[in-house]
Amino acid sequence: MGTTIRVAVSGQPNCGKSTMFNAITGGSARVGNYPGITVDRLEGLYRQNGYDIHLVDLPGTYSLTSYSLEELVARNVIVDEHPDVVINMIDATALERSLYLAVQFMEIGAPMVLGLNMMDEVKRNGVTIDVQKLSQLLGVPVIPCVARMGQGREELMQAVAAAYKEGGGTWKPIRLSYGPELDPVIERMTRIIEEDGFLTSRHDPRWVAIKYLEADEQVMAEGRAAGATAERLEAICKEAEIHTRQHCAATPDAIIADWRYGFINGLLKQGVVTGGDELRRTSSDSIDRIVTHKVFGPVIMLAVLWFMFQITFTIGAYPQSWVKAGFEWLAGLGTTYLPEGNLQSLIVSGMIGGVGSVLGFTPLICIMFAMLVFLEDLGYMARVAYMMDRVLRIFGLHGMSVMPLIMSGGIPGGCAVPGVMSARTLRSPRERLATILTAPFMVCGAKTTAYLMLVAAFFPDNPTQAMFFVVLAAWGFVLIVSRLLRWTVIKGESTPFVMEIPPYRLPTLRGVATHTLERVWQYVKKAGTVILAVSILMWAIMTFPKLSAETVAGFDAKRLEAVEQIKAANPEASQEELTALTEDATKAIDDQQNEEALKNSVGGRMSAFVRPVTDLAGFPWQANVALLGGFAAKEVFVSTMATAYSMGAVDPEQSDSLSERLAADPAWSLPAILSVFTFMLLYTPCMVTVVAIARETNWKWAAFSVFGSMTFAFIMAAAVYRLAGLFA
Amino acid sequence: MVVSLRKLAVNQKGCIRAVTANGEMGRRIRDMGLVPGTQIMVVGRAPLVDPVALRMRGFTLSLRNAEADYITVEAL
Repeated sequence: MGTTIRVAVSGQPNCGKSTMFNAITGGSARVGNYPGITVDRLEGLYRQNGYDIHLVDLPGTYSLTSYSLEELVARNVIVDEHPDVVINMIDATALERSLYLAVQFMEIGAPMVLGLNMMDEVKRNGVTIDVQKLSQLLGVPVIPCVARMGQGREELMQAVAAAYKEGGGTWKPIRLSYGPELDPVIERMTRIIEEDGFLTSRHDPRWVAIKYLEADEQVMAEGRAAGATAERLEAICKEAEIHTRQHCAATPDAIIADWRYGFINGLLKQGVVTGGDELRRTSSDSIDRIVTHKVFGPVIMLAVLWFMFQITFTIGAYPQSWVKAGFEWLAGLGTTYLPEGNLQSLIVSGMIGGVGSVLGFTPLICIMFAMLVFLEDLGYMARVAYMMDRVLRIFGLHGMSVMPLIMSGGIPGGCAVPGVMSARTLRSPRERLATILTAPFMVCGAKTTAYLMLVAAFFPDNPTQAMFFVVLAAWGFVLIVSRLLRWTVIKGESTPFVMEIPPYRLPTLRGVATHTLERVWQYVKKAGTVILAVSILMWAIMTFPKLSAETVAGFDAKRLEAVEQIKAANPEASQEELTALTEDATKAIDDQQNEEALKNSVGGRMSAFVRPVTDLAGFPWQANVALLGGFAAKEVFVSTMATAYSMGAVDPEQSDSLSERLAADPAWSLPAILSVFTFMLLYTPCMVTVVAIARETNWKWAAFSVFGSMTFAFIMAAAVYRLAGLFA
Repeated sequence: MVVSLRKLAVNQKGCIRAVTANGEMGRRIRDMGLVPGTQIMVVGRAPLVDPVALRMRGFTLSLRNAEADYITVEAL
């Protein structure tokens, strides 16, 4: 075992930081969580000349001053965990802006190695960067890289080892000048902080002074808890603000940013960068002239979405059927080798059936993710956000809300779990919350199967139109509800939309594969844990208590009687013919028994119990149980309906016969159908989504989502039922 | 000619004179490099005219007209 060096990999969004991280760590990266927060943390290992270099991938951040969850994480990891070396990846094509973060790292004093990424693009643009000079002026090692090709990987690691050997992981904050207006104030504050030993256990005194002038809420809150010095410092800040407003018509934080950029600018002007034009039009611009064109832009966007939908379902159908077949085979094994009874039923119907129905969607999710990740890495999703922002803003959302909404089922077949998780990319807490709370209304993959079944039953003549209308309704409800939320519980101004539009860059296969598998794995893990537990619970609810011995005996007698009757009626039939005939007859009795059993079970009784209420919305009793099951996982709706319609275990794919039965049942009047459609769209997100919401926000909002959606869905369903009743 | 950034036409260049936004919005705008003295060019507008896309410091930034109102530029 060699020496361990703890390294944090940081950088601004789209700088190729994660690409480099993956190139360095190879397959050794694993996902963890930052303590106390839910932002994912990727960790990996690199061995070199007796050094174990332990890397942590920080979330992308433009600055250490801002407040989104990910930016705070990036800063806190540096400040709290004090890594031995910080690798700051930099997009060399936007050097000036990229160095803004680097300068702030230097102000904290973190030992740093700069990775100058995308040097190939820089060269192509006709720009020369004097790496040596930059390194000399900044006083930190600078390594040119091309992360996509893995170039500069070893050099970077060597520089890390060298930096560690040289500095031994000690921190040396640099002192930047912030001009004649602020420097004396910073001096004064630094002295006070030093004298009082205020927060000095964690931070550099001068840095604390600067953070106070920048009005950094987090540091100020920490300060208030630490002692009375905070009040003195805040008083000085107020004074400084009045002073700077009078003298330069600007606030201290603006002056600090100006001077930082001034410092960078001055540095680069000393012959570091030559050639190129910062305002030059790029090839991305020419593409954008069409892709974000007034007319073509939206048309292309719709076409892309339509293609994604097509590819997901046409290609996805094959692996989906394989996974299904695999689970059926498993279920078959269970039926053959396990003794008939509760254990067999638990394993086959409860566990394999429940988890299988969810895992059956994995291929679809995998394909859809791969395409979304591709579009995201390509830079197209940023264009979608840019084009949609004006529309979404009307409803209190943000341009960046588009992705989570699409992923949740904005095109049918998504899943709210990754949708809710991907809302992390939103830097604005209010819009993020509104997106998370409304995304589950979308037509996710599970709802899609249920709607396909219902649509096939009730609108056999124009299923496409019916589905289209359902999706349209979903979008409508999402927009309206988020508007309502933003007017009531998530009040507040809309957050600024200041977003980088990255140039188009063809993603690497490896990058897309890694990101896709990461997200799919999270989904599979949930299916293996939460859904397994819920499946078992649902199975128990729908199995116990069993019918009394007498009732069962009654059905047995009926069956026997039926068999006898058939034998008597067809005295000449062969054994085979007889078997076929009796099967038909006993099937009907089996169905009856199953229905009786379901009505008798806890689930059936619960359904009967809530009947007086659900009657207001006109739900047939079978839908009651099925919707109840749908809370566990919306997939359960179809399988429960199948059981409720006395068909035993039925493959959700073979829903034709079930649809026929549904169509024949008079309880499904048009108002009842529409009411169930509405309720299905809006009611409580499934268990897994609720857990995801709680993880991304907190349990209070998760509970709000559960009860809020339930109430809203019920009121809407009842309204639809009554209204449709008037016209029917 | 000093005007609000909102008034700049597509393909027009300008140099930032002042950023009057405060608080979180001001911080975000400045973090991205919109500080006085920065050269910018409007490279496009979204289909509904808002947001606007700017080329500056070698990259493209988009912001809403509501935010552009806080930025005054000298049109070049």
